[in-house]
Amino acid sequence: MTTITLRALRKEYGDQVAIPNLDLGIRDGEFFTLLGPSGCGKTTLLRMIAGFNTIESGTIAFDDEVVNDRSPADRNIGMVFQNYALFPQMTAAKNVAFGLQTRKVDKSENVRRVDEALGSVHMSHLKDRLPGALSGGQQQRVALARALVIRPAVLLMDEPLSNLDAKLRVEMRDAIREAQRAAEITTVYVTHDQEEAMAVSDRIAVINLGVVQQVGSPSRIYRNPANIFVAQFIGKTNLLNREVHRRDGNNVIDFGDGVSRDVTATIQEGVAGQVQVSVRPEAVRAASEGLGAEVIDETFLGSHSQVRAQLSTGEIVEFLEFSHRPSRWARGDKVSLALDFEMLNFFDAETGVSLMRKTQA
Amino acid sequence: MKLPGERLDGWTSIAIALTAGYLLMVIWPLCMVLIDSIHSGEEFTLAGFAKFFSSRLYYGTLVNSMLVTVCVTALALIIAFPLAYFMTMFRIRGNRTVQMLILASMMSPPFIGAYSWILLLGNNGMITRWIEETFGVTAPSIYGFPGIVLVLTLQLVPLIFTYLMGAWRTIDVSLLEAAESMGVTGWRRALQVISPLLFPTVLAGSLLVFVRAFADFGTPMLIGQGFRTVPVLIYSSFVGEVSIDRSFAAAVSVIVIVVTLAVFLIQKYIVNRRQISMTALRTITARRLNGWRGVAVHIYVYSFLTLALAPLIVVVFSSFRNTLYGQFVSGFSLDNYVDSRRDIIRYAINTFSIGLTALAILVVIAVLVAYLTVRRRGILSNTLDTMTMVPYVVPGLVIGIALVTTFSQEPLVLTGTFTIMVLALTLRRLPYAVRSTTALMYQISPSIEEAAISLGATKTRTLVRIIVPALAPGILAGAVLSWVTIITELSTTLFLYNTSTQTLSLGIYAEVIRGQLGTAAALSTLLLVLTMFSLFLLMRLPGNRENMV
Repeated sequence: MTTITLRALRKEYGDQVAIPNLDLGIRDGEFFTLLGPSGCGKTTLLRMIAGFNTIESGTIAFDDEVVNDRSPADRNIGMVFQNYALFPQMTAAKNVAFGLQTRKVDKSENVRRVDEALGSVHMSHLKDRLPGALSGGQQQRVALARALVIRPAVLLMDEPLSNLDAKLRVEMRDAIREAQRAAEITTVYVTHDQEEAMAVSDRIAVINLGVVQQVGSPSRIYRNPANIFVAQFIGKTNLLNREVHRRDGNNVIDFGDGVSRDVTATIQEGVAGQVQVSVRPEAVRAASEGLGAEVIDETFLGSHSQVRAQLSTGEIVEFLEFSHRPSRWARGDKVSLALDFEMLNFFDAETGVSLMRKTQA
Repeated sequence: MKLPGERLDGWTSIAIALTAGYLLMVIWPLCMVLIDSIHSGEEFTLAGFAKFFSSRLYYGTLVNSMLVTVCVTALALIIAFPLAYFMTMFRIRGNRTVQMLILASMMSPPFIGAYSWILLLGNNGMITRWIEETFGVTAPSIYGFPGIVLVLTLQLVPLIFTYLMGAWRTIDVSLLEAAESMGVTGWRRALQVISPLLFPTVLAGSLLVFVRAFADFGTPMLIGQGFRTVPVLIYSSFVGEVSIDRSFAAAVSVIVIVVTLAVFLIQKYIVNRRQISMTALRTITARRLNGWRGVAVHIYVYSFLTLALAPLIVVVFSSFRNTLYGQFVSGFSLDNYVDSRRDIIRYAINTFSIGLTALAILVVIAVLVAYLTVRRRGILSNTLDTMTMVPYVVPGLVIGIALVTTFSQEPLVLTGTFTIMVLALTLRRLPYAVRSTTALMYQISPSIEEAAISLGATKTRTLVRIIVPALAPGILAGAVLSWVTIITELSTTLFLYNTSTQTLSLGIYAEVIRGQLGTAAALSTLLLVLTMFSLFLLMRLPGNRENMV
């Protein structure tokens, strides 16, 4: 049972500052995900926690104990790598047993725990196979068992699913979540896939350019993104440039075509002028009245379709339609779009920072 | 705040120790040669260089060497390219056996080839005699330029061939199909599409051929007679047929190093500019070739094989012939073996004890250097990497001279010892061993090592339990090849041995020079058997048939 506390961390590669100054607290037993585009510093951060990367300044503490000067071997971590990193000359069982041997666990105990660990990832039947004779998903299951069997204080996973195909990825992420829940291990998980992050995490830290943009539960981050970067990176969003007017002592936004909204209670006091409005596709629907638009195309995706339409302002808005409809949209069709105002988010047009009043997650 | 154990650890001490060892064992001796070349007695002089360029007798050897080397490299390429092309594109009967035999002919010692062509085409050779008796005409002489070119070409074609076959495996069949879809097939496709892709490999292979042909000492010594090459000049001026002139030998050595280094750098420059990275998802599969084309291709492949194997067969055959005062006479027996059994046992013991010791040291150092250069990039490991490559461009004979010059005087006298033989062979083979081990090391993902460390293993434990076992099949295959080249090495150890450290290959050379042709044939046969047996073991190793060179 371990908490991880990162304070004022700084990482440089030569002249390049990868992480300028980072603070994070990861709770005991939590499944915590570092999410961001490639090159944002999330893997660097994970490897700093593991001890494989040096740090320029700051502290890393496990349970309030600073581990900066401990080698990775002494941090009691379990690590799962993107390319599995199974020892190619050892069978699945021997791979799992390796960490126990270095910990001098006695033989019978060793065998029992290896069996248990392989069983928990449903790999017992393949324990005598060499990694070369296992599929990617099977290798990653063995790698997970190998990391968990040593009962580490912290489980670290570096894009463990990115080498797997789409279907296997969903299957494996459930397996990972299940194993993590059963072991109740504080877990730090790195991914660039926002859907994967939302599926497995208790909390997510969205990172860009080495800076934490927002930390929160998946639903909090999706519903109340802290800035435009988060809004665009997590899920899809339409961005509309609008202006906040003072009207009769209230703050009002005109969306056009006679559609306006009083946002006094929603956005912070004293805001006026240009704002950016984030409209999720599911917050838009075709209705009898609303914003006038012309359909560009409809992309059929099975259960639903994505429809793109152009507003009279020239802005393009995407919305969703369920597939079981009598007809499909065709290019040039006229449509009126109604917005679900409860689901909108407002951002400062210049800084991109959220203008929403603080709400509960 | 740096983590302890990230930079300064056991590996740093190993890097420092290896660098120091290299400075002492390679760089210092070579500096001694350099100093010798510009020193006579106590004063600075360029007399050695002046002497070399003063007489055609001397600078002519450089011309000869260049002539031989250029001819051999060109011929080897011209012969090897179709050979590799046919073997890849078409189904050849006994393909695997042919490849194995070609490899075997490459690994056999070059001086045995020279010696055996003398047995065939020399003044008293089997074919020479047959031509004279049948047609009554004098057969063309094998000695001199044609003989050297013949022997070295046959020896080195397999080398380029092996390189080409390796490169061919990286060409995806879709490239050929793309060419075909645009209407480019057959020889046009081979020249316009395949050749440019193989170019870097061909250049790398040619460099190796060039360096080997340029530095080869045994062949021109045995078959060259009046046609002297630079290594022969170095040898004779160092050992002193007429007079010993160390300063002169050193000067010539320096010239040789400069030439090889220049070729090496030019090659590196060209290859760096034309680097192509490819991996084949689908490799080329051979197709059946019918009619006269099929026959022609088979004739080509098997003719080369016959020529390449002829010397080996002749040597084995000759070893059973009766001899009188060293010359062959009629009748067959085991006398050649029985009469020299005491020498054979001595040579064999020396070959195994010296060879295996050198091999063990070689493998350990190669693994350490490969690890340092792949995982610990830094000034120290780069220096180390460059230094291990030094013996690659310095001919064996020059290394021998450097070692004998340096270690025959205080503070470290090693000449004539077991140690210096082991040292010479290890140094000689290190560039090759380091290169192949480095290539293997690159295939091991760093995360494998990190996985071991994250599971609590120490660095030593990670190396011993994870990295070395993971590399083991490749290391083993490389070790067998190193072993074969160690037991067939001649030029490096030529100045360093005495009777108590004489190996099989040195024994063969001594017997040939002494005119004991029967004994030489018997010893050569034994060396060949040993070589073939080692290669056979290599073929039986799991997995690693691709890991040649």
